[in-house]
Amino acid sequence: MSNEFNTPGYDIPPEMQGQVAITTLDKIYNWGRRSSIWPMMFGLACCAIEMICTAASRYDFARFGMEVMRPSPRQADLMIVSGTVTKKMIPQIVRLYNQMPEPKYVVAMGACASGGGPFKEGYNVVSGVDNYIPVDVYIPGCPPTPQALLHGLITLQKRIDAQSIKSVRWYQKEGTEVVPVPVLGPDIMDPREYELIRKVAAEKLQKEQAAAETAAAPTA
Amino acid sequence: MSEQTLVAEDIIKTRFGEAVEADGRKGYEGYLVKREKLVEVATALRDEFGYDYLSSVTAVDYLPEDKIEVVYHLFKSTGGPSLVIKVDAPRENTSVPSLVPVYPGAELQEREAWDLMGVKFEGHPDLRRILMWEGFAGHPLRKDWREAYFEEEGKPFKSRWPDGHVYRIEDKNPFAKNVDYPAGFDPESWVPEGEAALYAGMGAVDVGSNLRTDHVVVNLGPQHPSTHGVFRMVVTLDGETILKLKPVMGYLHRNHEKIGERNTFLQNMPFTDRLDYLSSMSNNFGYALAVEKLMGIKPPERAEYLRVIMAELTRISNHIFAIGMFLNDLGAYFTPALYAIQERELILDIFEAVSGSRMMCNYFRFGGVARDLPEGVLEKIRSLVVDRLPRKVDELDLYLTNNEIIRARGEGVGVLTPEQAIAYSAAGPVLRASGVPYDIRRADPYSIYDRFEFDVAVRYHGDVYDRYLIRMDEMRQSLRILQQAVRDLPEGPIQEGKPQYQVRVPAGESYGRVEGPKGELGYYIVSNGKANPWRYHVRAPSFINLTALETMAVGDKIADAVAILGSIDIVLGETDR
Repeated sequence: MSNEFNTPGYDIPPEMQGQVAITTLDKIYNWGRRSSIWPMMFGLACCAIEMICTAASRYDFARFGMEVMRPSPRQADLMIVSGTVTKKMIPQIVRLYNQMPEPKYVVAMGACASGGGPFKEGYNVVSGVDNYIPVDVYIPGCPPTPQALLHGLITLQKRIDAQSIKSVRWYQKEGTEVVPVPVLGPDIMDPREYELIRKVAAEKLQKEQAAAETAAAPTA
Repeated sequence: MSEQTLVAEDIIKTRFGEAVEADGRKGYEGYLVKREKLVEVATALRDEFGYDYLSSVTAVDYLPEDKIEVVYHLFKSTGGPSLVIKVDAPRENTSVPSLVPVYPGAELQEREAWDLMGVKFEGHPDLRRILMWEGFAGHPLRKDWREAYFEEEGKPFKSRWPDGHVYRIEDKNPFAKNVDYPAGFDPESWVPEGEAALYAGMGAVDVGSNLRTDHVVVNLGPQHPSTHGVFRMVVTLDGETILKLKPVMGYLHRNHEKIGERNTFLQNMPFTDRLDYLSSMSNNFGYALAVEKLMGIKPPERAEYLRVIMAELTRISNHIFAIGMFLNDLGAYFTPALYAIQERELILDIFEAVSGSRMMCNYFRFGGVARDLPEGVLEKIRSLVVDRLPRKVDELDLYLTNNEIIRARGEGVGVLTPEQAIAYSAAGPVLRASGVPYDIRRADPYSIYDRFEFDVAVRYHGDVYDRYLIRMDEMRQSLRILQQAVRDLPEGPIQEGKPQYQVRVPAGESYGRVEGPKGELGYYIVSNGKANPWRYHVRAPSFINLTALETMAVGDKIADAVAILGSIDIVLGETDR
């Protein structure tokens, strides 16, 4: 294990080798975090079944330190969005995301969570969870095989390895932004877009009124 | 038309006279009933004719004729073919009398028809939206309702095919998202309707005791580890006892039917995989049967056998997974599930070998199956169903069935009597665990199930424990069928005629149903002779079995609600579609 850390370029005297490790803070910090990612026990659709299979004996992601699945967002580091995100469900997903403490990561598992997938055109389907919350790793597939999910999780570990304690967002002065929870209106509404919604709806009304006037004109 | 149905037609005509009229449209069956006579006719059909099982309620929007037709599929719980009755209603202010007083099983289905089709059911006890939320604009399954990402009426869309003028639909939407708002809408003045209507029904209940107690309303889900996905229950509790329970769903409503009506017939096949995603082969089966009925074709012998083999393997993999997850719900956290998943993986290996995918098999075609068995797979199936799986089912049985905890938490909990099970249109293991020996493979045989020797599993207590036992029984019966099918599998073609991308489906309607692992899985299809189905409706057992959830749970403890839900074995992809 110590050899994994002993890379900053310091020579360790021979008699100390195997007993002392010299490393950077980033390295040991990242190693600790990426070796014990706790995913949230959170399944949406078909992909959740493959996620369960990945946790089971044949694929067993406990090998990567991830077997501790937590049903509570307060104890989780990783949200695996496993399945189709619907408009009715997105307020709850955003709320869960906000409840997760930093550092937190999001993996969009499968075609639906990444971009709507086969159900993209559906009236109740959000075309990609990244419309609302930031995503770290996207995994293609419908559903992704357990191997693909494992690959995605290893990719996430690599990303964590590349982070630095000086620049990660949860140690910045301004802290992290809370994502506003979408509102169920006549269609799903993102509070960050109210201005745009009003503008587009007003334009639509104008267009309709103009059309009604031109239709009424010949008879008048 | 056979003599028997002619006679039945005469009897129904003489009994009801003017109130009913045989549906004379080409390719259609059943009777048109006058709207004001519906309840009367349905009551008589139930009490005098024995059609006591209302399988499916749905509505069809006949836009060109400017009417909406509500379609009911009735069956006898003793077996036999269906009786279809239909009621016409205008498209404006659509209203039809509710059949909930006659068939309580219509409750959730009528709410769905109201939500998606805008049919008001007069006399329904709790007519709220069910899959979408209160306040959503419009009734999306109406033919003139268009989603935000609307491109064209039918696929293939020009944006994808054939000239390569590819664009992303996001680029055409001002929000770059799948959303649309009414003209002149102001989001800041919007007051969400919220869930006042839901909670209004959950208030205090008179428990008939002179002790004054406060009742607590508890929400379970949609994010909860034991709701099998994004299901939600709202319960009113007196101490720990459940007084009322309302299922809330729609959190995985992914518009299967609307998308299905834009797809071509064959394009729907992979979508059916994603309904009940634990048993995609069975879903394929039902859909293939419904379309084949319309087309008037039958698959060749070998394909029939392959279909039965795949459907029964699916049943085993579904039940074994259901048992594992059910034990999770009881608190035996994940150890039994690990045993179950191990066997399921072996079945998935076979699916992957024959279809190329572990879960979403997309294996059935109209008039056959997609591919023949690859080399060596038959041997694998044989060793699995003759040798390994019987042993493993016995092993599970040995470990679990007489386990003190399962018995204590299962026996006498969540009881559903046979009368209730039929009235609530419960299907599959839930129905049979209540002592009703109704299995479509026997009651109304399809494919080649009449050739196999097997018993219809029945249990008589209707409680959680029996619903667990019946899955054990059914796995054993499936193994019997599989052993016979593997032994008798003939050589020959696997597809009737040439495989076609674009099938010609004549105008008409059909209802194809199979005994899926969760219960009766039915597909109601209306074709107008074009490339896309005019109406495509799925009778989802997971959805309709939930109608009886409140009846099962009231009087039991809150902890039992989880066990009861686990014993129904729902899959949210199918519940919400």
